[in-house]
Amino acid sequence: MERPLTKNIHAGRQPLSLKEYTTTGGYTALQQVLKNNTPQEVQQLVQKSNLKGRGGAGFNTGMKWSFVPMGADAPRPKYLIANADEMEPGTFKDRLLLEGNPHQLLEGMIIAAYAIQANISYIFLRWAYKKAARVLEQSIHEAYEAGWLGQNILGSGFSLNMHLHTGAGRYMCGEETALLNALEGKRATPRAKPPFPQVSGLFGKPTIVNNVETLCCVPHIVNNGAEWFQSLSYSEDSGTKIYGVSGKVNNPGAWELPMGVTMRELIEEHAGGMKKGYRLKGVLPGGASTDFLTEQHLDIKMDFKSVAAAGSRLGTATMVVMDDATCPVGFVHNLQHFFAQESCGWCTPCREGLPWVEKILLTIEKGEGKQEDIELLQMHTQLLGPGNTFCALAPGAMEPLQSAIKYFREDFDRHIREQKCPY
Amino acid sequence: MLSNEEIQDIDHEAAKLPYKKAAVIEALKIVQQHRGWINDESVSDIAECLEMSAAEVDSVATFYNLIFRSPVGRHVILLCDSISCYVMGYKNIYEALQQKLKIKFGETTADQRFTLLPNACLGCCDHAPALIINGELYTDISIETLDDILLKYT
Ligand SMILES: Cc1cc2nc3c(=O)[nH]c(=O)nc-3n(C[C@H](O)[C@H](O)[C@H](O)COP(=O)(O)O)c2cc1C
Ligand code: SF4
Ligand code: FES
Repeated sequence: MERPLTKNIHAGRQPLSLKEYTTTGGYTALQQVLKNNTPQEVQQLVQKSNLKGRGGAGFNTGMKWSFVPMGADAPRPKYLIANADEMEPGTFKDRLLLEGNPHQLLEGMIIAAYAIQANISYIFLRWAYKKAARVLEQSIHEAYEAGWLGQNILGSGFSLNMHLHTGAGRYMCGEETALLNALEGKRATPRAKPPFPQVSGLFGKPTIVNNVETLCCVPHIVNNGAEWFQSLSYSEDSGTKIYGVSGKVNNPGAWELPMGVTMRELIEEHAGGMKKGYRLKGVLPGGASTDFLTEQHLDIKMDFKSVAAAGSRLGTATMVVMDDATCPVGFVHNLQHFFAQESCGWCTPCREGLPWVEKILLTIEKGEGKQEDIELLQMHTQLLGPGNTFCALAPGAMEPLQSAIKYFREDFDRHIREQKCPY
Repeated sequence: MLSNEEIQDIDHEAAKLPYKKAAVIEALKIVQQHRGWINDESVSDIAECLEMSAAEVDSVATFYNLIFRSPVGRHVILLCDSISCYVMGYKNIYEALQQKLKIKFGETTADQRFTLLPNACLGCCDHAPALIINGELYTDISIETLDDILLKYT
C-alpha cells in the first residue's frame, strides 16, 4: 500500500529539511514540469488524475485551474494560495503535512502556480499553528536559497514569490472568498460569486485557493502519472486520503490510506475500536459541518460519492466519534455554539438563526424544552439550508442538527418528556 | 504613539502589499505583540500609519478573536471548547481552572497573571483536551497535569 504524502513523515521526528526532501526525490517533479511541460499540460494532467479538492467541497482541482485566464492578455499578477486555515472542529490533517514535510507543500504550490502562471503565492496559516509557522518560514527561506523560488526559477523564465500569512483567528477565514478579504486586511466576510476567484480574486486578480492536502498531491501526480494516482484508490475518487478519528476510541489519530476505505476499518482497525465501556452511537464523518452517520453505515466507503449516498459528506474526512455516554443534545449544542460564534454576521438567517438554534438546544439540554422546540429546530434546518445564506457556514451547521434529530429523536424527546438530561 | 520598531515592522509588512491598508491585520498583530493588547490610542495610531480611518481599523480589530481590545494578563490561556475536546471532557479542565485561578472565561486573575479564554478547535483533536498558553500548545491535558503546566508561567 503506497502512502505518497506521508511516507517520509514519522511521528516525533523533525520535519524534512530541504536536503532530506531532495534526497527522497523532492523537487524532481518541479524540474520535470519546468523543463518539459506547458502550463496547460500540467492542468490537463491534474484534471485527468481526477484529484478532488481536499478542503471539503471535493471539486476537480485541474478543472478549477482551467478557469483561470491564460495567455498574454490575462490580468496580472495572478495568485496561488494554499489554504492552511484548518479550523473545522474535529480536523487535524493539514497540520500533519505542514509540520512533517513542508517542502512537499511548497513544491506542490510552485507547480500549481506554474500551471496557472501565477507569480505570487501565499500560505494562509491559522494563528494557532505556531510550529508549522516556524517550519514554513524556514522552508520558504531554504527554497529561495536553492533557487526553487524567486526570479527565473532554474532558468525557465518562470518566477514566483511566496509569503507566509498567519491569521488572527476566526473559522470564516477558511472560506475561500473570506480568506481573500482577510488577506486584503479586511473583515473576513465572504464575497458574492460570480465573479469566481479564478477570474477575480485577491486584489481583483485571478486567484486559485487550494487546500494544503490537495496541493501536496500534485508533485506525486507529476512524478507518477494520472493513472497511478487513480490506482491508489479503492473507489472512483482517486488517490490516497488523510483520514482521522477522534473521540473515545483507543487510538485516535490520522493516517494516509487509499481513498475509499470503510468507516469500519478506520474506526475498528486504525483507531483501535471504542474505548472499553463505550459504544459507538454516531459519527460525524468529515468534521463538524457534516451529517451524522450511525452504526448501520459502518461499511460504507469513505469517498465523496459513497458518503454522499449515505446522506452525509466526506468533508475533511477527519471523523468525530460520538459514544453512548455522550448526550447527543449536548453534543449538537456544542457544535451550534461554535457555528453561532463563528458566523461572520453578514447575512440575516445565519446571524440571527444560529444563536436562536443554540438557545433552543440549551433549553432542551437543561430540561426546559417543549415539544414545539423540535419543530422550531426543524424549521431552522430548512431556513438556514442551502441557497438561503451567503456562504456554506450556516448550511454546514444545519447538517449535524438535522441528522441528529433524525437519528437521535428519542434522545431529544426524552429530554422534553423527563424535563432533564438523561445522560 | 507607536515606537520606531513598531512602525518599521508595519512598514515592512505594508511594502509586500499593493496598498498600505492591506497590512492592517499585520499591524494590529505587531502592536499587540509589543503591548499585549490594542487600546483606543493604538487604533488611532495604526489608522494614521496606514492612512485609513480609526473606525475602519476598529472594525477589523473587533472581527478577529485573537486581537484583544481589552487588557489581558501576562499569560493568555486559550482552552479548546470544540467538539472533540467536549467529548473528551474539556469541561472538567475548565472547572479545575476556575477553581485554581478563581476566574471564568473572559476574565483575568487579580494579580494579572492569567487571562482565560475559550477557543475553537486547536487542530489536535486526536490529543484532546488541548489548550494553548502564550502560543505554546499542550495536549492530552488532565487535571493532574494542569498544575505543572501553570507553574511554568509566573
Ligand atoms: C466556513 C468555511 C470554512 C472553511 N474552512 C476551510 C479550511 O480551513 N481549509 C480549507 O482548505 N478549506 C476550507 N473551506 C473550503 C474553502 O472554501 C475552499 O473550498 C477550499 O479551500 C478549496 O480548496 P480545494 O479545492 O483544494 O478543496 C471552508 C469553507 C467554509 C464554508
Ligand atoms: S452564512 Fe453566516 S458565515 Fe456565511 S456569510 Fe452568512 S452570516 Fe456570514
Ligand atoms: S476539538 Fe479541541 S483540538 Fe479539535
